[in-house]
Amino acid sequence: MIEWSILNLMPRRESPLESEMLQGTLDMLVLQTLVLGPAHGHTIAHAIERGSEDVLQVEHGSLYPALHRLEDRGWIASFWGTSENNRKAKYYRLTPAGRKQLTLQTTRWEEVVRAIGRILKPATE
Amino acid sequence: MRLRRFFRRQQWDRERSEEIESYLRIETEENVASGMPHDEAHAAALRKLGNRTLIREEIYRMNTITFFDTLIRDMRYALRLLARSPMFTSAALVTLALGIGGNTATFGVIDSILIRPLPYPHAEALVAVWHTAPGLPAFGGIASCAPSMYFTYREENRSFQQFGLWNSGGVTVTGVAEPEVARTLFVTYGVLNAVGIQPLLGRWFSQADDTPGSAETVILTYGYWHRRFGGDQAMIGRNLTIDSRPHTVVGVMPKEFSFQQSPELILPRKFARNKVSLGEFAYRGIARLKPGITITQANADQARMLGIWLQAWPAPAGFDPAIFQNAHFGPKIQPLQQEIVGDVGTALWVVMGTLGLVLLIACANVANLLLVRAEGRQQELAIRAALGAGWGRIAREMLLESITLGLMGGALGLGMAYAGLRILAAKGPATLPRLAEIGIDPLVLAFTFGVSLFSGALFGIIPLWKYAGPRVANALRGMGRTFSQGRERHRARNILVVAQVALALVLLVGSGLMIRTFQQLRSVQPGFTHPEEIQIVHSLIPQAIEKDPVRVMRMWNEILGKLAAIPGVTSVGFASQAPLEALLGFKNMNPIYAEDKRFAEGQVPPLRRIRETAPGFFKAMGTRIVAGRDFTWTDLYDQRHVAIVSENLAREWWGDPRAALGKRILENANFGWREIVGVVADVYDDGMQVKPPSAAYWPALMDRYWDSEHGFAPRFGMFAIRSNRTGTESLLAQARQAIWSVNGRQPVFLVNTLQQLYDQSMARTSFTLVMLAIAGGMALFLGIVGIYGVIAYAVSQRTREIGIRTALGAQPARLSRMFVRQALVLAGIGAVFGLTAAAALTRLMSSLLFGVKALDPVTYAGVSALLILAAVLASYFPARRAMGIDPVEALRAE
Repeated sequence: MIEWSILNLMPRRESPLESEMLQGTLDMLVLQTLVLGPAHGHTIAHAIERGSEDVLQVEHGSLYPALHRLEDRGWIASFWGTSENNRKAKYYRLTPAGRKQLTLQTTRWEEVVRAIGRILKPATE
Repeated sequence: MRLRRFFRRQQWDRERSEEIESYLRIETEENVASGMPHDEAHAAALRKLGNRTLIREEIYRMNTITFFDTLIRDMRYALRLLARSPMFTSAALVTLALGIGGNTATFGVIDSILIRPLPYPHAEALVAVWHTAPGLPAFGGIASCAPSMYFTYREENRSFQQFGLWNSGGVTVTGVAEPEVARTLFVTYGVLNAVGIQPLLGRWFSQADDTPGSAETVILTYGYWHRRFGGDQAMIGRNLTIDSRPHTVVGVMPKEFSFQQSPELILPRKFARNKVSLGEFAYRGIARLKPGITITQANADQARMLGIWLQAWPAPAGFDPAIFQNAHFGPKIQPLQQEIVGDVGTALWVVMGTLGLVLLIACANVANLLLVRAEGRQQELAIRAALGAGWGRIAREMLLESITLGLMGGALGLGMAYAGLRILAAKGPATLPRLAEIGIDPLVLAFTFGVSLFSGALFGIIPLWKYAGPRVANALRGMGRTFSQGRERHRARNILVVAQVALALVLLVGSGLMIRTFQQLRSVQPGFTHPEEIQIVHSLIPQAIEKDPVRVMRMWNEILGKLAAIPGVTSVGFASQAPLEALLGFKNMNPIYAEDKRFAEGQVPPLRRIRETAPGFFKAMGTRIVAGRDFTWTDLYDQRHVAIVSENLAREWWGDPRAALGKRILENANFGWREIVGVVADVYDDGMQVKPPSAAYWPALMDRYWDSEHGFAPRFGMFAIRSNRTGTESLLAQARQAIWSVNGRQPVFLVNTLQQLYDQSMARTSFTLVMLAIAGGMALFLGIVGIYGVIAYAVSQRTREIGIRTALGAQPARLSRMFVRQALVLAGIGAVFGLTAAAALTRLMSSLLFGVKALDPVTYAGVSALLILAAVLASYFPARRAMGIDPVEALRAE
């Protein structure tokens, strides 16, 4: 099983391969969360936690650099709105480019998982 | 994208902080909702979020462009360093400001005159229409346009959108204020349309204004409109008395309209189709090309039209049509800008090149200062390198310091250039075309920025190459007091001084040559004496006042008498124009035939300067009568067919001035032959650097001449008044009074002293001379500073050595000689390089020289001697300090 808590380490000085993969993972989860509709940072963090049935513990702070990066790449867009309990909050929504990216990443992810799966559980028939 | 974020990252940071705060509030509220006490809920939220500062830093760094970030930091550091040594910084900045300022100003002039398009819409399509005429060497092989071409070119062309002819002159305006002569642009229909600047009020001339016999109209230019009518909006339709006839104002041109000779009034030039001929090449053609037509295509079109033109029109009366066939007119359409700028380009580029050299010298000086500074910092740099600072990093820091210095110097220089150009635009020589347009535009700014950057990098690289290299161990070892200065460490500075001396020598040779040119020009015997004593005033007697030429001449004669009676006036003369006025654009030239000389059929004999004079003119001017006599009043009033010629004409045809007397010459078959009664000295009519033109002088009253069937006397006349009060207002007032007492209130104009005309004829030479002398002076000064600096530094570095030598019994005088010798060796090497370079470079300015060769030995020797002397002086003072060094002090010093 993958050690999900390492998501908390924001990759900075790690080897490029490692960081790319980890960043990509969190990015993919954020994008997936936004498929359902616009949400603010708090909602996204909780959605990821709950969606994974609390297996993935996101240190919520690490979410913000990720959101910034995604916005910078044009995959998500932001606007200021009011939260469910009447607080000013910054909402994010998926852009068409983000949607495309999500499909791409999901496909790749599935391929990787299948590949790893084949190695860990070789065909037994 | 990143760049935008880089500059907006403060704002980004604020926004993210706000977002994180909002997260905290929501999380806290949820925790409270699930039953936690408020404090605990907040703490839990904080825990869940993680380190806020880290998050912000993370995002901040994502928006960072490392290069810029450190660049700004290093630049701040450089500024701090520079501020810490104000002496060094101000010396370097002043040097750079002079160098860059001079270059910016010159480039500003070049940009405004040579590079920037003319201030007309789509100026690139505007062309000047000329002709080549290899068969008319007398015209210099080129010809302007004749009135008949106006009709042919307008009707037959395939390449012009608009075409017209123009020329400049003056008209008298009376009835507004003081009577005056206004500079006037005469245009046919099509000139204003080609130029394309819409009038501010009213309209352009229409084709109807162009037709002979139509109502008289006039267009005012903005300056005249403001000066004379205070910018009156209700100007259109008013009348203006021009040359004694009312003209209706039909338009006012806007402020941005400018034209050659800066006209005040614009009048239509009306050609009568049935009266024009092949001749009268007195007009300039201007055309706007159709879109897409190239100069080459236009020239081909013009060649075709010339064939039609030659067939379509008769030769002027008294001229052989073969002359026009044999002239072999050819097309010569050139960009209008080329016509306006003329040959001023050479002088400007020479000045630009000179100032470029000054800048190089300035850079060498600053590099020298930086070397001394880097020497002082060597140990600091070595220690930093030893502690792990990358040498690239140190190099960058040093280079950045130089570039910062360069940019600051550039900013100062820009200020200087701005002030300089303002002065030039206001007071510059009128001979400089497009003077009013001179200023600083984005291209000049870019130039200054580039030059500053380049200079900064140039003088920055030298110390870098010397000191920033990875030679830590050496440098650290050098810290000890036991090592004396290595020879190698002086080499860079020595090379710089040699380069400075060489460059300074080039500039000094250039200014030396100009000084010699100026001397040569001053020593020319111009054909008149004491020009500062000669007051020139013009007046006119229009048709409306007096029709009869004889009575016109009597009026001139009467005025002459009154002028001669003014106290302090020693002599007076009258002629159609003064010497050197050809430079103002009054050039009366025509072929002259001699009775005993044969000219091939259809060949035009050379052009001669023609002037009508009254008795006493040559005496007033101080023009020597070489043979024969001056005209007499009897010659004039009896309308005898007599003439006077210049000495060079007499020698050309008859070998000797005496032999010319009694010979007969002719200007036009209709006017009859004239007998030569006198030969006068040559007059340098086109300026001192141009060979004096050969001239024929006619009496100011003749029975038959150009357009007058009943005799001729000049209506535009020039009085030359020789007096010791010349140039004073009181003399002018008396002269004006004398003229008006005979001539009503006609304007007195073109008031000059002959000296002013003389100075103006030297304007280009003196302009170049002054510029080169300034540059040469700056170069010499910087060179002296450079030599002084090197020797002074050498003395200070070798104090201990000198102390030891003195202690061992060396003579102080010998020690100081040692340093002077060092300076002489450097200056000598520099001089050798400089002389070689000067020999190659001064050839470029040979067109500016007069009476002196580009390789003038006197100049070269004199300049070298001056430079060696300067080197001795510059090194003597620091060397003398070496003499005064007390050995005990010197050895204890470190």
